[in-house]
Amino acid sequence: MSAEPTEQPPHVSAQVFLDGIVAAVRSVFFYVLVGNYLGLGALAHEVGFSFWWMALSTLLVWAAPAQVILVSTLHTAALFEVALAVTLSSVRFLPMVAAILPMMRRPGVRQRDLLLPMHLTAISVWVEGMRLLPLMPAERRIAFYNGLGVGLMSAALIGGAIGFVLAAKLPPLLAAALLFFTPMAILMSSARNSRTLIDGLAFALGLVVGPVVAAQKIGLDLMWTGLIAGTVAYAVHRLREARRRGTS
Amino acid sequence: MSATLHELGPVLALILFGFLPNEVWRLVGLMLVRGLDEKSQIIVWVRAVATAMLAGVLAQLILSTSGALSSIPVEVRIGAAVLGFAAFLIARRSVFAGVLTGEAAVMLGTYVFAN
Repeated sequence: MSAEPTEQPPHVSAQVFLDGIVAAVRSVFFYVLVGNYLGLGALAHEVGFSFWWMALSTLLVWAAPAQVILVSTLHTAALFEVALAVTLSSVRFLPMVAAILPMMRRPGVRQRDLLLPMHLTAISVWVEGMRLLPLMPAERRIAFYNGLGVGLMSAALIGGAIGFVLAAKLPPLLAAALLFFTPMAILMSSARNSRTLIDGLAFALGLVVGPVVAAQKIGLDLMWTGLIAGTVAYAVHRLREARRRGTS
Repeated sequence: MSATLHELGPVLALILFGFLPNEVWRLVGLMLVRGLDEKSQIIVWVRAVATAMLAGVLAQLILSTSGALSSIPVEVRIGAAVLGFAAFLIARRSVFAGVLTGEAAVMLGTYVFAN
């Protein structure tokens, strides 16, 4: 590898971007997002939002939980309360963005080149990105991640559009299956990605700490879950590293 | 703040009360990592925190009685997640096998227990 940053020729970037879209279509999250947003699109129609409002909310917000809050409360709750609920539901993006962007940074990458990857970061894109980005050279990662993000966002747009047009109430059994897609995909993909001790431990601890924190009713459940379980997993990781270095 | 949706228009309301409160966390994440490299200890810790938060999201979806999945009985959700995870392990860490089994279990469980 050369010491100075090399710009990718445009045709290489376009090819890598396409590779990202292909990776998106191959991901289980593509189908999960279609299913998930099918329900959300139908809900948006029921509540009285327009077709394009629904599409715009996916483009701008790109977070299913926040969009569920928006669609179901924007007509009824005080707007300040809506904004508070949305912002509390989205705290997870802070550590996610902070964990994935350093993989894409290298000499010559400007801050504004990271704006699109930043905006595209959502659970699905993050999980697949954390798995796939380390497998490729650093200069390809931004274009690939953008392709991955655009591909997965397309799935959400397609699902939302179909759901909006169908709109007719889904049979309850099918509705249950659609809703269950999200937790299943998070569980399986995270389990597949947890190849290191710290990842597996952070995830397992989060599953235990989450309900315990929620039962205390102190609020900001997810933030506390992340801080407590993540820090314990990190401490165990550091201890093990130190012991390994001590014995070798 | 006593403005209503009708005064603002749905698109402006979407930007002010949906897009901005959501995007602020992504922006803070971008600002915080300026100058940090991928291997730094802070990033290792932040990654563990993000992973644990994701597990928290999962636990909330499976266990919450008031959330988006409240139409599915809690016992069915837990059972289907366990079955799906077992299928995932048996099928040599196949995500598709796990999701399909979990989905089949949740439909069967909802059919049996909700009727």
